Amino acid sequence: MSTTIEPTPTPERHAMGKSMKRKEDPRFIRGHGRYLDDFTLPGMLWMSLVHSPYPHARIVKIDKTAALAVPGVVAVLTGEDLAAHNLAWIPTFHGYDKQMVLAVGKVLYQYQEVAGVIASSREIAQDAAELVDVEYEPLDPVVNPFQSRDDKIILRDDRENKTNHIYHWEVGKREETDAAIAASDVSIKERIVFQRCHPAPLEPCGILADMNPATGRLTLYLTSQAPHAHRTVVSLVTGIPEDKIHVISPDLGGGFGNKVPVYPGYVVSAAASVVLGVPVKWIETRTENLTTTGFARDYHMDVEIGASKDGRVTALKVATVADHGAFDAAADPTKYPAGLFGIVTGSYDFPTAFTELDAYFTNKAPGGVAYRCSFRVTEASFAIERGMELLARKLNMDPSELRLLNFVKKEQFPYPSPLGFVYDSGDYHMTLRKALDMIGYEDLRKEQAQKRERGELMGIGISTFTEAVGAGPSKHFDIMGIKMFDSAEIRVHPTGSAILRAGTKSQGQGHETTWAQIAAEELGLDPQNIMVEEGDTDTAPYGLGTYASRSTPVAGAAIAMASRKIREKARKIAAHLLEAAVDDVEWTNYKFQVKGQPDHALTMQEIAFAAYTNPAPDSEPGLEATYYYDPPNLTFPYGAYIAVVDVDRETGAVKVRRFLAIDDCGTVINPMIVEGQIHGGLTEGFAIAFMQEIVYDESGNNLNTNFTEYLVPTSLETPHWETSSTCTPSPHHPIGAKGVGESPNVGSPAAFVNAVMDALAPLGVTHIDMPLTREKVWRAVRDAKGTLSA
Amino acid sequence: MKISVTVNGKRYERDVEPRTLLAYFLRESLGLTGTHVGCDTSSCGVCVVVLDGEKAVKSCTMLAVMADGHEIMTIEGLVQGGVLHPLQQGFWDQHGLQCGYCTPGMMMTSWVLLKQNPNPSEAEIREGLSGNLCRCTGYQNIVKAVEQAAAAMQPQPVETVA
Amino acid sequence: MFPAPFDYHRPGSLDETLVLLAQYGGDARVLAGGQSLIPAMRFRLARPAVLVDINQLDELAYVREVDGMLAIGALARDAALERSSLIESSYPLLFDTSAVVADPVVRQMGTVVGSLCHNDPSGDWSVTALASRAQVVVRGSTGTRVVPIDEFLVDSFSTAVAEGEIALEVRFPSPPPRTSGSYQKIERKVGDFATSAAAAQITLGDDGTVAQIGIAIGAAGPTATRVADAESALRGIKPTKDAIRAAADAARKIADPVADPRGSVEFKKDMAGVLVGRALLAAFERLGVGGLR
Repeated sequence: MSTTIEPTPTPERHAMGKSMKRKEDPRFIRGHGRYLDDFTLPGMLWMSLVHSPYPHARIVKIDKTAALAVPGVVAVLTGEDLAAHNLAWIPTFHGYDKQMVLAVGKVLYQYQEVAGVIASSREIAQDAAELVDVEYEPLDPVVNPFQSRDDKIILRDDRENKTNHIYHWEVGKREETDAAIAASDVSIKERIVFQRCHPAPLEPCGILADMNPATGRLTLYLTSQAPHAHRTVVSLVTGIPEDKIHVISPDLGGGFGNKVPVYPGYVVSAAASVVLGVPVKWIETRTENLTTTGFARDYHMDVEIGASKDGRVTALKVATVADHGAFDAAADPTKYPAGLFGIVTGSYDFPTAFTELDAYFTNKAPGGVAYRCSFRVTEASFAIERGMELLARKLNMDPSELRLLNFVKKEQFPYPSPLGFVYDSGDYHMTLRKALDMIGYEDLRKEQAQKRERGELMGIGISTFTEAVGAGPSKHFDIMGIKMFDSAEIRVHPTGSAILRAGTKSQGQGHETTWAQIAAEELGLDPQNIMVEEGDTDTAPYGLGTYASRSTPVAGAAIAMASRKIREKARKIAAHLLEAAVDDVEWTNYKFQVKGQPDHALTMQEIAFAAYTNPAPDSEPGLEATYYYDPPNLTFPYGAYIAVVDVDRETGAVKVRRFLAIDDCGTVINPMIVEGQIHGGLTEGFAIAFMQEIVYDESGNNLNTNFTEYLVPTSLETPHWETSSTCTPSPHHPIGAKGVGESPNVGSPAAFVNAVMDALAPLGVTHIDMPLTREKVWRAVRDAKGTLSA
Repeated sequence: MKISVTVNGKRYERDVEPRTLLAYFLRESLGLTGTHVGCDTSSCGVCVVVLDGEKAVKSCTMLAVMADGHEIMTIEGLVQGGVLHPLQQGFWDQHGLQCGYCTPGMMMTSWVLLKQNPNPSEAEIREGLSGNLCRCTGYQNIVKAVEQAAAAMQPQPVETVA
Repeated sequence: MFPAPFDYHRPGSLDETLVLLAQYGGDARVLAGGQSLIPAMRFRLARPAVLVDINQLDELAYVREVDGMLAIGALARDAALERSSLIESSYPLLFDTSAVVADPVVRQMGTVVGSLCHNDPSGDWSVTALASRAQVVVRGSTGTRVVPIDEFLVDSFSTAVAEGEIALEVRFPSPPPRTSGSYQKIERKVGDFATSAAAAQITLGDDGTVAQIGIAIGAAGPTATRVADAESALRGIKPTKDAIRAAADAARKIADPVADPRGSVEFKKDMAGVLVGRALLAAFERLGVGGLR
């Protein structure tokens, strides 16, 4: 079915574009949210995991005796026990690899799961877990991907190819790009690292697995951003038919990609429930969350940009070493092992480009794709925005001028990038100019010049990112073979309200409100009377879930299209009731009216009632539709962010004085919700830029195992965010919407780093890797100056 | 050990192990799941409740036995007579929550903050909430929510009729 | 994460408390605010067999001036100082400190005395207590003794409180006129352990020279450390930029921090100097002495 594009949004809308208050809030503000740990079932047992203290070791022996002797302990499971049920290994979402559930033979990262204790209370499970006696034979760890590359110590003896190299990926024109850079008047080359970090939602992951021997059904209450995908994976892994598996993803306390993978704790609990025939609950601790669940980033990128002496870019080359940890558990679409990294040409019109990536195993926790990354778009965006900044410095050109000179022009859309994307729409010049104007760029540069004369360090940093979201068209995208469509099912009740179910799963994005707004707009119903449900695989239509900013582009489209199907049927009913030909009935002002006769009109409510009481002939009664939307393309939200910072030269402290974010996500469903998403993402970007990193020391010890070491900024450190928007709708999307959830995380780190580098520019400092800790800045100032006076 | 705790105005008598944390006592013994648990280092504040009407405390860092003979208010105790507390209204009106996980703790801390300082500035609100983490909102709308509540809770001027 | 099992007592009187502490000796830990002890127990780094909960001893929750001293009882919460107009007006060093200990929620339960007894190398109150020349009142079955703070802080997580004893009160000398102070702290975020901290308290004589001075640094050694050489650099003279610089350098010299994600030894030593400089500057400026920047 071809996509119907509505005309450009009109100012007076019924529900779209309104900052309506969220419909889900009444339960949360009363403390009546239902999160995973709020669920209990009679006879429920608790599971607690045993973790490896070693980053790399053979397992010699596991002695369960002491643990089993603790009163209240029901079972102790190890990898061997799971192997007997073919559950020792599970496929990773990526499909290129598998991962251990409980360690078999060896452990490959510190804190790796080694055994599971099932007991009658949380405390007893933890007490007994301490008593499981595991004997290890430590092996030398490999914690550096460049060291791993040497293959001196092979980590994965379960794999056929005895190498730590996981895969090579490339796209673009290597020779042409190399030649263009070599022939350029000016070029920059820099190693840019995006450090390993972690999404750390406030609610940790968990599961309540309930095998009901009477019904033969396995119900899994699960912290899942993709409940249907999880159901299918569980079925494939366990052999239990999908109709006997019921996944319920309840209210989620944040996701940010952390709740996409399948974790060992889930499998152990589900297996225990199946074997024991009672409910088994596992809620991870914060330490487990930070040390074992999907990390983010850890890309080491060599960025090269060539340009003519007047600043026109000629070529881009990025070569990356990716550290995936012990298993390649990065949740990427199958054909995209490096996600959508190909967006690395960003907002610029590069005549040619080439990017390649090599991924390696190390003795660290598995993962890679998380933390609002849009499938590695965060890494790509950071690389190009830092690269352009370095180029501007080398050319002695204002960074805004360099960008304006090289932006893809409005007329060039749809724009085929040299790395294979077709950008749908954008007006980069307009948005950046708006940002420069709003921040008072000229005045800031004057102020900076004056401050520099006094030796004060003030910086202005720009980030003009374009990201790729909305995965994705079935031609290119699948997760474990399942295409990345999404779905909506809408049923209108006789008295004119409706229920809407979608294949996505909000973790705070407000779908109960925004999905209702889309449908309300399309159907002329009151959004307050459209009940939205997600997360229950027994009732929701199949979808691939919520992550990578795909919900609005894909499920939002499905909602619009399902609504239009309903509208088509409603039109027939209207024609029947109005005694007119179907072709003479049109949808105007949220009513069906006979053309040219506004007083001969019917509301959707009236139609709905008729659908059940007076259906059209040759037509089924009722009024509902389901739509599975296969997007024709990704969408390309973009933005212009500007940060202003002041650096304390004595302590290296950076104060973010101002931050302006202008986002263009096409049609906006609820401006208030979009603004909230921007605030949250900017705060995460701020944390990444200044204080977050998961560090493993040379012995493989994870140094950031709780919130005292892995830092989440508080209300006091967090800057005030100024936000605004422009709107270039997506021409291929039914409501012109592009999605926006990850844009702030994609665009902001470079703005912060560019600002600090700009502040330090007079000292000759060009690049510092994140996080920009006080010490790193202090050291850069001190080394540049020579001595530091008190 | 037998303890007697008044929660949201209702007295409960229960038998607990000394090591039971107050957060889990509220959630599991009393079924009041509005108080959440988010970390293990007293860093995040999603567990904050009000002790004796005057202290915001991290209930994961308090033993249930310490609450014996005391009064606790949780998020469930904010609604009075079916009417939302101005803080609840503020969070709703100002989009001060997204996933909702930090929200109960934020409100409990704010409740004590406003009791101590009925008319706080933005800086004072940010400072007062710096023991409560949020990953979704970036705090900006939470500040607006508390400001709205503070304004709504100011004593209304009494009109005198000449 | 749950504590290991333990026995729990909640005495109703100080006498009862002392009996329990004498009875259980090293097996017992005193529970006041619990804001350091309970997290340690949740990680099972602390596994006391017995907890003696003193929270019922309301009579210990005082903050009052008596006999030329500010007396802070064992159950006085950090927040009590933070909210006290007496502390704000007359004890600026303590007031500064009370605003940056841990976070504003933890401060509502945490106690000043408890913090001193915990003696975390990065703790704030120990630094301020050193600079203010505080004393700690300790009682056991053998009687009561008053321990000067320099002797009280023995080593990381170790104080002069012996088995069977309890710290009941910390006393700060009520400052003479023309006294002020400042607490400076670098933390990566609210609630983080200090990267570096410094406390300075100064009394000026009528002639504008420094009559009394206390300077201490935190997160720069096994316990908070007095910078005696910094004190000597300024004692008896009118303050100058050079003297402040010398005091800061003395702090750099004596600072003995450990390297960790907050900073290398080199960085932290320099920060000790920077913060001592800033603490002195702020204290002098509060006393109306300018021209030192």
